[in-house]
Parts: sequence; structure tokens; C-alpha cells
Amino acid sequence: MSDTPRKSSAIDLGSAIKSRLTSWDSIILVLTVLVLVVASFSVDNFGTSRNFTFMVLDLLPIILIALPMTMIIVTGEIDLSVASTLGLTSSLMGWLWNQGLSIETIIPLCVVIGAICGVVNGFLITGLGLPSLAVTIGTLALYRGLAFVVLGDGAVADFPWNYTGWVTGTIGGGAVPNDLILIVALALIFGIVQHATPFGRSLYAIGANAQAAHFSGIRVARTKFWLYVVSGAVAGLVGVLWTLRYSSARADNGSGLELAVVAAVLLGGVSIFGGKGSLPGVLAGVVLLTALQNALRLEDVSGQALNIVTGSLLVLSVLLPNITTAIRGHWRRRKVRQAAAAR
Amino acid sequence: MTACGGTTKDSNTNTGSGAQAPAAADPNAALKEGLKIAFLPKQLNNPYSDVETGGGKVAVEELKGEYKLVGPNDASASSQVSYINTLIQQQQDVIVVAANDPNAVCPSLNQARAAKIKVITFDSDASKDCRDAFINQATTEGIGQSLAKMALEQAGGNGGEIAVLSATPNATNQNAWIEVMKEELKKPEYAKLKLVKVAYGNDDDQKSFQEAQGLLQSYPNLKVIVAPTTVGIAAGARYISSSSYKGKVAVTGLGLPNQMREYVKDGTVTKFALWNPADIGYLAAYAGAAMASGQIIGAEGEKFKAGKLGEYTIGKDGEIVLGPPTEFTKDNIDQFNF
Repeated sequence: MSDTPRKSSAIDLGSAIKSRLTSWDSIILVLTVLVLVVASFSVDNFGTSRNFTFMVLDLLPIILIALPMTMIIVTGEIDLSVASTLGLTSSLMGWLWNQGLSIETIIPLCVVIGAICGVVNGFLITGLGLPSLAVTIGTLALYRGLAFVVLGDGAVADFPWNYTGWVTGTIGGGAVPNDLILIVALALIFGIVQHATPFGRSLYAIGANAQAAHFSGIRVARTKFWLYVVSGAVAGLVGVLWTLRYSSARADNGSGLELAVVAAVLLGGVSIFGGKGSLPGVLAGVVLLTALQNALRLEDVSGQALNIVTGSLLVLSVLLPNITTAIRGHWRRRKVRQAAAAR
Repeated sequence: MTACGGTTKDSNTNTGSGAQAPAAADPNAALKEGLKIAFLPKQLNNPYSDVETGGGKVAVEELKGEYKLVGPNDASASSQVSYINTLIQQQQDVIVVAANDPNAVCPSLNQARAAKIKVITFDSDASKDCRDAFINQATTEGIGQSLAKMALEQAGGNGGEIAVLSATPNATNQNAWIEVMKEELKKPEYAKLKLVKVAYGNDDDQKSFQEAQGLLQSYPNLKVIVAPTTVGIAAGARYISSSSYKGKVAVTGLGLPNQMREYVKDGTVTKFALWNPADIGYLAAYAGAAMASGQIIGAEGEKFKAGKLGEYTIGKDGEIVLGPPTEFTKDNIDQFNF
């Protein structure tokens, strides 16, 4: 911070706090905590350790894929091929297992396959300069199609129990699922990179104005390229975890997950136009959606009603920040007018 | 290549499912009242499964239990798991489930059984080691043979090309019936029939309609479309009845009388078959209640009473067969309302 000190620092601090409080990140964090607390008290069986385990298992795929997705959307791009990458990885995992490879070889291989899917996206988007929305809609269909070529309509299910058991198991048979280690570790890594490194700051610069970022020495294309590779690798890893959780390798695994992830990221306060958003907000967004769905299900709310709630939340999340910005802008203009009148 | 000491398909030995040995059955035990019986179909808002679960509801009311119906909006393999987990949390007594994937639901079904919940499958079975009994609407052989027989009857004297319009490519029951049908077609009496394609409409009306259209574009000499799914047969019949193929191409398979009535009356469809889906749900609820009351444990040869349907005997691997399918024609279709 090399700002020249201003006279009215107290007012600055006040407005900084005010802007923090009205920012969507904090609203979503408060909302999430609120939902968790209220549900624990009012929904039967919500606050049990077993339900916590179930929720973490439901969170896992969305949260992991959301980590790189957040970075990609912050740079103003998008990756809609993640769920298909997951499906392709799952298919290949089944196929390789049938070929007699060891699971210890297959798992890293699957992450590499996911990364290769990301390389293809990254090359098309940064190498050829094509729009990411069009490219990843294309590869969404392409990878899903390949998944069906690999495994057809069958399923492979005889994965080793010590692996499938680990994915659905808990630490020492307690309440904390093994997967939580993965989620926390990856969330920490991505959080630190996004919010505490020059690389992370460059993402926001790219999202705010890619050209300006380019002229100030940020390697825009290279940055985006690697984001897609990481996104693919994470989708590959989730493909492995998904397959083991359901002990079923299938070509249609994870269908439609890309929209759930994008929804969670936007709900977490990341702007679809790039340049704005924080990882804690996204994590809260994912937890909020999952907890809400879980609680409503325990209350026997139908799937359609769940969709209505989720959809309304999303619309609100896009609407509210705009309203607050408009109100703040109006206030500021009024203050300026009053100051001008007072002079 | 094999990694040293790695776990491969060949070295992998999965031992038993660890389901606890149940207590001995007491055939004279009284049916418990107030049982919580939950139905989890493949997906909600499918007219066919609505009738099935409706039959279940009738049975649960007769049993003075608590009926519940939950399910995902899409018929994907993994979407059911969250619902099973919810039912475990709610401590239901019986879960009656039609599995979208025989293996994906297994870990959570076994968690349910560990929590003393009885698991009955219907429609699409789960793996044998993660449920207590399976209500089979008809034997796989019976359905497959009936499909082949109806195709032969309706292809006319000279036989010709036939095609199948199925549900999803991974639907357990549809695939099993199609396999039996293919085996049947190898027999000499079916020599005149040629199966040219198996198309998939994903149990989606629009997709099935388009697939039916596509079949006739690719195979203009097609004689019969066999749809072993209620969504497919209705969409196929709707397409044929509104096209120039009406009266030239037969549509048959498994359908609901209410959906097929107009096509039977307008001559598009001459014959199709189905069991009474309401009876499946009804039987499943009674089997679950008998099990939760301790009358049966799901062993072969056990007998139990299923209300108005009478007495049933449990077959091999916990299978309970409902009975032979009913054939519907313009003469009898008005006797059925489902």
C-alpha cells in the first residue's frame, strides 16, 4: 500500500468497514452460519455426526472443482467442461482397472488425464484465442462423448474396498470424514495462492482489464493456460474420488455438475465478468447450498422445490450486490451534492 | 505393466459385505402398525413409477403405517445416494428403492441395513448383497420372450426388420430384456425377423420421439418398433400415428393402458403388454412390512401374505416374482385404469 495518507482516515476506515459489511462475501458468510445454526436447532437429525459426514461427501466434488473454477472466473473466463472431464476420467479409470493396471498406477494417471483435458482447453483458449465459453461448451460435449466411447453404457464396480472404504470412511471411525483432509488441504493451497501471492493478485488484474494487465507485464495467456490445466487435473482427481465413492465407474458420472459448481461460485460473490470475488465467499456459497439442500431434504421438501430455492438464491445473489452498489452510489452522489450546496 | 505390490483387478479380493446375520424369522409374528415405509423410485414425476408408488401408498394405508415418497429429479446413478442418506437419518423402518445403478447405491443401502432398516428393491435391482429382497415384476425371460413374440405377431407373415427403442443405455432391466429378446430371435421360428438397431430415448419423451423418427429415416423398411419402456412406446406411437407410417409400422412393447389407449383405438397399436405397476408397489410394501415385523428374513422358500394379492413365496436370492405380464388389446384395454 503506497497510498499517500489522506486527511480523513477515520472516515475512510468507517467506510471501509461499511463497504465490507455490505459486500456480498460477508452477507453469504453470515447467511451460511445462520442456516447451519437454525437447521441444527430446528431440523431433526441435521446436527448429527453422521449427517455431517453425509454433507461433506456431498460437498466434496463441488468444492474441489470450485477452487480452480473461482480463479478462472476471476480472470473473466469460464470452464464448463469440468463435469465431462470428470466423466471421462471415471470411464478411463474403469477401463484401465479392467485392463489389469493397479489402482495405485491408475489414480495418478487419471489426474494426468484430467490435466491433459485442461491442456486442450488451455491451448484452444490461449493459444488460438478462442472464447472460453464456446470452447468449453464444445469440450463439454467432446469429453462426455469420449467417456461413452471408452466405457459405453456399462459400469465397472469391483474397485478395492480399502480404497472405496477410505473415500466414504471417517478418521478413526469418528465424525470427521477422510475427505475433509483433502478438502481442507486443497482449499488452503488455493486460498493462499489466490489471496496471498503476486500470482493471485495478477488474476484480479487480468479479470479487471486483461489488456492493461498484459501491458503491465503479466503473462496473461500463460496464466490462463495453467489455470485450465489445474482445473482439468482437479476434475480428474474428483473423477477418481467420485468413482470410488459410488464404487461405480460410469460415463455419465457427474452429469450437470458444471452448473452446480458455477452456481456455487457465483453465489459466493464472484463476478461472472471477472475481477471480483473471494475464495472464503465461494466456500461459504458451496456450504450454504449443500446445507440448505440437506436440511430441506430432511424436512421432506421435494426435489422441484429444492430447485426453486436454489434458483431464487442465485438470482438474489446476483441482484443484491447490484442493489447495494446502487444505493451506495446514490448516497455518495447525494453527499457530493450536499457538499457542493454547502460551499 | 504392473506396479510392485499394487492392487490390481486380479489381486483384489473383496470379501463379504459384512451384513449381520439376521435373527430367525417367526412366520406367526403379527404385522407391526406404524411402520415408516419410504419409497425411492428412479426419479420423480415419471407416470409409471407414480402408479407403482401409488400402489405402495394403498398398501401402507392398509398396514396403518407412515408412507413417504422421495426421489431425485434426474435418473442418474449417484443422485439417489443423498436421498438414501436422508432416509437413514430419519430412521425409516423400510426403504423401497428402484436402483438407478446396482452398485452406486450399495454402500449407502448397506449403511441403512446396518441401522436396522429393511431394504426392498423393485423395478431395477441393486446388487444382491445390499438389499433384503427384490420384487421382480416378471421374470426377465418372461418379458424378453413376450417382446419377441409380439414383434413376430405384428411384423406380418413375411417378417422383416425390427428395431428396439429403449430407455437409458444403462437401464438394468431394459438391457436384460433386450438380451433375452436377442437370444429368442436366434431361434428358427424367428428367422424372418432381423433386429437392425437398438436406439435409446433416455426415457425422455422428446428424445424418444426423435429417436423413433430417426429409426424410420435410417430404416425405411422397418416393420416393428419394440419399446420396452412406457415413455418410449408412447412417444413412438405418437410419432407413428401422426406420420405416413401409420398402419404400416407396428409399435409394441411395454406401455401404460392410459397412455396407449388412444393409439390402440386409432389402430396405430394392436397389442402391447405390461404387469400392473400398482401391484408392484403394493407387494413391495407388504414384503417390507413382513420383514420389519420379523415374519420373514428374505430366505428362499419363506412365505408371507400380501393383502389382496394373496400369498407369495420368496425365491432364490431373495427374489419375489409378481406374476406373468398382462397383454392389452382394443378388446380389454378399457378394463384398466393406470
